[in-house]
Amino acid sequence: MTSVLQAQGLGKKYGKRWALRECTIDIPAGHVVGLVGPNGAGKTTLLKLASGQLEPTAGGITVLGGRPAGGPAQLAKVGFVAQDTPVYAGLAVAEHLRLGERLNPRWDAAFARERIARLGLVPTQRAGKLSGGQRAQLALTLGLAKRPELLILDEPVASLDPLARREFLQSLMEATVEHELSVVLSSHLVSDLERVCDFLIVLVDSRVQVAGETDKLLATHHRLIGPRRDPDRLPADQHVVSARHTDRQSTYVIRTDAPIHDPAWTVTQLSLEDLVLAYMDKHTAENRRVALEVQR
Amino acid sequence: MIWLTWRQLRASAAMLAAVLVILAIVLALTGPDLASRYSAGITACTQDNTCNRFYDRFFGGHEFSFMAVSLVVLLLPALVGLFWGAPLITRELEAGTHLLVWNQSITRARWLAIKLGLTGLTAVAAAGLCGLMVTWWSDPLDKSASESLALMAPLVFGARGIAPMGYAAFAFVLGITVGMLVRRTLPAMALTLAVFAAIQLAMPLLVRPHLMPPVTSTFELGQTNVDGMGMNRDQGGAVEIHLRSAVPGHAGAWVLSGSLVDRSGRTLGSGGGGEVAVPVSTTSGPCAPSGSPFMDACMAEINRLGYRQKATYHPLERFWPFQWIETGIYALLTLGLTWLSFWWIRRRLS
Repeated sequence: MTSVLQAQGLGKKYGKRWALRECTIDIPAGHVVGLVGPNGAGKTTLLKLASGQLEPTAGGITVLGGRPAGGPAQLAKVGFVAQDTPVYAGLAVAEHLRLGERLNPRWDAAFARERIARLGLVPTQRAGKLSGGQRAQLALTLGLAKRPELLILDEPVASLDPLARREFLQSLMEATVEHELSVVLSSHLVSDLERVCDFLIVLVDSRVQVAGETDKLLATHHRLIGPRRDPDRLPADQHVVSARHTDRQSTYVIRTDAPIHDPAWTVTQLSLEDLVLAYMDKHTAENRRVALEVQR
Repeated sequence: MIWLTWRQLRASAAMLAAVLVILAIVLALTGPDLASRYSAGITACTQDNTCNRFYDRFFGGHEFSFMAVSLVVLLLPALVGLFWGAPLITRELEAGTHLLVWNQSITRARWLAIKLGLTGLTAVAAAGLCGLMVTWWSDPLDKSASESLALMAPLVFGARGIAPMGYAAFAFVLGITVGMLVRRTLPAMALTLAVFAAIQLAMPLLVRPHLMPPVTSTFELGQTNVDGMGMNRDQGGAVEIHLRSAVPGHAGAWVLSGSLVDRSGRTLGSGGGGEVAVPVSTTSGPCAPSGSPFMDACMAEINRLGYRQKATYHPLERFWPFQWIETGIYALLTLGLTWLSFWWIRRRLS
């Protein structure tokens, strides 16, 4: 299967701070990829690197086999809807479509017009007067009518109310199925992504914690609850994602491909949200330990 | 892309065009009348040799409009830099729309090239049109203006000919470059204005005098280069001469410096506003106040004694060479900044 996005040791530094580091991922084509992580984790940086808005400080990235924003042909293959879905406030809705038509060789004018009409947007209305949801839909229409092979959306629903969120994601899904495109979208809320993504990347503190198809991730991650036990005494093929201990009980989130036979554990399935939270938790736990060591 | 650039420029371009059309109509209506009155006045005054008085009267009657149109030409490039140059990129950065447009199937360099080219050419055309219209209209006034407002005078030079095109191109690209570096519209506008004003001041004061080696020569004193003479009884009754920034035989020359020298070439004092005392007897001879045509006779006596005006100047004939050179300099600066802005948008701006 071909890759839509490949990164090797990808890193981006702003001044002295790494916004993204040692990012090595390979996203196969035909997925709706959710990029999830807390605010400031580096999601926007990764997406901007993928769309060629930023140049990497370290490592390399190829998107659909080419250098991001390497030329008009590459730009035509990748759609990008930026955070807060910017549009030209002074231009009317129809003028945005005209802009897209003029600037994109593969523009699907009929689709764009039809979609705008279906959404109930008035072509003569200025984009500055649209609601947040309408603006996001307009930006999505521009991204879709361009007929890209990969559509990247950076926090597309962050500023939308729950209803507009659902509508936006719904229409994104319909378009994805219709046009057979790969999608990468980011959010800091797992609930936004849960219903639409079949591939997940968890990004915490500028590092990729885990990446993979959601089904596989859910099948290989388990929560174990049982009598208190040190992590050293777990089998070698069980990677601890997060651990919590009380005096008598331990709760682990582990990743393993093998079945769990130890009868001491109560094994439960994780929801996607639990899984993501476990990775965020692991990270904060490590930070806490580092902080304590420094204090000592 | 051309469509988008035009769509974004449309409103302000229409406003500028309206201003230019109004200016053109006013100038076209009043220009021929101005020229005919000038030529009639010249014909009349050459007969009775009162042309100096005619110049003063003619220019004085139109001084306000002269100043107004010159100011329009001087301000236009600055306004272009402020309102077209500086916001061209910052407006996109502030609204985030650069992320929208840079992700259409067009490279950033091409986007900038079309935006910069189209808007810049419009600005240059407007400034050029405005400058040439005003040059045509004010021709009679330029001919009759006193030396401080003549064609070569620093204030007027930049409001005539083709130089405004160079200024406009430079101010526009300066605005873009500053905008890219500062990334915010208002600070970029302020900085553009400050830098442009500084360069516009430095140009006539520091650079333009050296565009060609100035001519230095000595001249007999006469009505053209002497503003007035007086007698100072405190200094033993010497005659004091007040030199003008003009040289005889070269009407409209740009005098950089002038001084009074004696027969041996020794400088007595500069003519830069101060009075120069000439050691001539005022108790007897032509410069004694009792003599009735005091001025002419005394002047002749001072000339006879070998006192001369020594002036460094650029003659009026250099107006067009200077215009071309200066426009060329600004064109080079514009190219340099254009290169910088393209480099910046590829390497740094993201």
